[in-house]
Amino acid sequence: MKRKLMRGNDAIIAGAILAGCRSFFGYPITPASEITHAAAKWIPEAGGTFIQAESEIASINMVYGASSAGQRTMTASSSPGMSLKQEGISYCAGSELPCVVVNVMRGGPGLGNIAPEQSDYNQMVKGGGHGNYKVITLAPNSVQEMCDLTILAFELADKYRNPVGILTDGFVGQMIEPLMLPERLSPPPEKSWAVTGDKETKGNLISSIYLSPEELEEHVSHLKRKYDDVEAKEVRFEEYKLDGAKVVTIGYGIVSRILHTAVNAARTAGLPVGLLRPISLWPFPTKKIRELAEKVDAFFVCELSTGQMVDDVRLAVEGRRPVHLYTRYGGSVPTAEELLEKIREKT
Amino acid sequence: MAVEVLKKPRTFYDSYQRKPGTDKITTHYCPGCGHGNLHKLIAEALDEMGLSDRTIFISPVGCSVFAYYYFDVGNVQVAHGRAPAAATGIKRAHPDKIVITYQGDGDLAAIGWNNVFHAANRGEHITVFFVNNAIYGMTGSQMAPTSLVGQKTMTSPRGRDPRNEGYPIKVCEILSVLESPAYIERVSLADTKSINQTRKAVRKALQCQVDGKGFSLVEVLSPCPTGWRMEPRDAKRWVADVLTQNFKLGVFKDVTSERAPYFFKDPDGAPPFDEIKRILGWEEKEKESPLPKVFPSPENRNPQFKIAGFGGQGILVLGLVLAEAGMRQGYQVSWLPSYGPEMRGGTANCHVILSDSKVGSPLVSRPTVLIAQNRPSLEKFESDVVPGGLILYESSLIDRPPQRSDVRVLPVPAAKLADDLGDTRVSNMVALGALIEYTCVVSKEAVLQAIPISVPRKDFYELNRKALETGMEYARSLKK
Ligand code: SF4
Repeated sequence: MKRKLMRGNDAIIAGAILAGCRSFFGYPITPASEITHAAAKWIPEAGGTFIQAESEIASINMVYGASSAGQRTMTASSSPGMSLKQEGISYCAGSELPCVVVNVMRGGPGLGNIAPEQSDYNQMVKGGGHGNYKVITLAPNSVQEMCDLTILAFELADKYRNPVGILTDGFVGQMIEPLMLPERLSPPPEKSWAVTGDKETKGNLISSIYLSPEELEEHVSHLKRKYDDVEAKEVRFEEYKLDGAKVVTIGYGIVSRILHTAVNAARTAGLPVGLLRPISLWPFPTKKIRELAEKVDAFFVCELSTGQMVDDVRLAVEGRRPVHLYTRYGGSVPTAEELLEKIREKT
Repeated sequence: MAVEVLKKPRTFYDSYQRKPGTDKITTHYCPGCGHGNLHKLIAEALDEMGLSDRTIFISPVGCSVFAYYYFDVGNVQVAHGRAPAAATGIKRAHPDKIVITYQGDGDLAAIGWNNVFHAANRGEHITVFFVNNAIYGMTGSQMAPTSLVGQKTMTSPRGRDPRNEGYPIKVCEILSVLESPAYIERVSLADTKSINQTRKAVRKALQCQVDGKGFSLVEVLSPCPTGWRMEPRDAKRWVADVLTQNFKLGVFKDVTSERAPYFFKDPDGAPPFDEIKRILGWEEKEKESPLPKVFPSPENRNPQFKIAGFGGQGILVLGLVLAEAGMRQGYQVSWLPSYGPEMRGGTANCHVILSDSKVGSPLVSRPTVLIAQNRPSLEKFESDVVPGGLILYESSLIDRPPQRSDVRVLPVPAAKLADDLGDTRVSNMVALGALIEYTCVVSKEAVLQAIPISVPRKDFYELNRKALETGMEYARSLKK
């Protein structure tokens, strides 16, 4: 199969269709609108449903409905829109409804701007809505991964009956790169829990209410056990030039691409620098970082925020090694040269 | 008569096992509450219409949050006000099923107004049962959007004052001005006669959905003795004497007989792989001839381009054609549009990388090649070019040549050459032609394969081809 140039945001929908996603409910927002455009064009052609909802709140609740009914379904937005979706994501997690939610992050808080940022890490990874829940969060850094990780997102969502977030940024969304269409379909599993409106599924109930403290405690414990399971099994990361590295850089999304270039330049200059790229932000590669902390001199975290993921790195390092942080935000993005200079200061 | 009232419809569970506590026989509603009556009318209608095995009932937030204790149908419980949105998702997933939302006045007319309004406006094939008792029952007697002027509640202790709280919302009146809804009626549970009318309305609304006519809503004026702090008997009387005076009963909209039925297609069954390829435009075209190999000199290898100019000069397309040709030529490639802070002042730019190895940062901060199509771009990016790099600039528009002496400079009067061809718009392809002739990074054949992909307008192909050749010819003439 030949490669084809595709925009990151479009590749999300290519992945969704391959994963048998049957409905998309969205609301336009820059820089995520191309996802909605692609969904409007392709999903009905694939026989599925596309609705431009009246709001982000409506779209996530349409997702709630479609997922209750057993469909693979999704929505996508950018930061301010994601704030509105948090109610519905909490309900999906509470009712154990699988779904995929994409956030192409832009600058905040408030209206911020449409330039790329990574300041919704905490919102997605720590659970932006109310209650004890987690969203499995994947962070693609290329057009290929926008497609591949969307397929994986649907699979994980069904496997754990939980919302899965794709957390990406304006650059990865707007970027065009070759895509190799994965030659596999991902048929959804049987969903015996779904409410499909026939006699057989009448006994099922989709709900997040547990009125008595005992019941809710048991339900939340059940969710907690599920999340422990996810943490044990679903950690994903990429290692680059970690062999002999004394300084490990850590970044995700577009930052990992810039770090990749900076690490190459550092190695060329004889500096022992490597890159650890978390692909799953939750579950976070805590164990891997803890192992590295035994071997390396320092960590260098770069984020397009005032520093959110760095908290998770510090928790993993447990004070054993210095964790340096370099941040840009507001839409400013560091160049590879800039990062190299900052890394050099630390080695 | 008494026997009939006590008979439980089959669409109710025999006993309410989901209800906590030991009493699994009676509902959780207060004595004299209208919810029980309406539940029964709905359950009976589902029985008699043979719908209970194909219905999904959405429980809202409010006193009827536990409606799923009672209805032996598919049950989904949703967030406050969101039932019409969730119903949309469900109905589109299962167009052959009957989808019901059951909502109170706070749920529907306050927090969820936008959702019901748009579901109605889309003409969603769902049925909404809207219980209007002019009060928030469950949360303890606060003002509802339908509370009457002067009505005292916990949050309007001096009585609802229109200057502070506005007037009660007339849901049926508002929704019935929309084009899409098929059937909208307001009924009440005040007495036996009105209950009979409600029974008919419930059936009609469900029939409307069965027949594929679109959105139906029945507003039911309903007693809430607890919220109103009244005896059940007085509450019924208050519905008859006061509520119905403020909320006119009757059919507000009914186009069920004249509207043609419509049924959405069942979206089950994702398409096969070949069909997906077709949808995404992945069909293999007729075999394209293999491309000649290119041999760029060392200083031209692994180029990182910054391409900049005015919006309208075809800057982004130039980059796309280059990336497409590069991919065909076997490179790893990336293309990134100007984005964020760089995107101002009417200028456009993009970053293109062609690389023998994996592309790291798609951002080109130190270009090896700058293509500058206007003066501001040249001035802005000239200093970023790596020593030994190349600046290709639009010499028919830029009157100030690059100042750097440590880079190679290729002046190309692209706009003028394009004008001579009859269309300034193809100046981008003139520049590209000069670039590939000078650097040999991709072959002419690769660009010719790329053009129809990146420039969908077929009538432009010939002109673009000529422009490309003109640019190549121009660069050749400079070499001599
Ligand atoms: S508070 Fe009112 S609406 Fe709620 S159950 Fe009691 S009577 Fe019915």
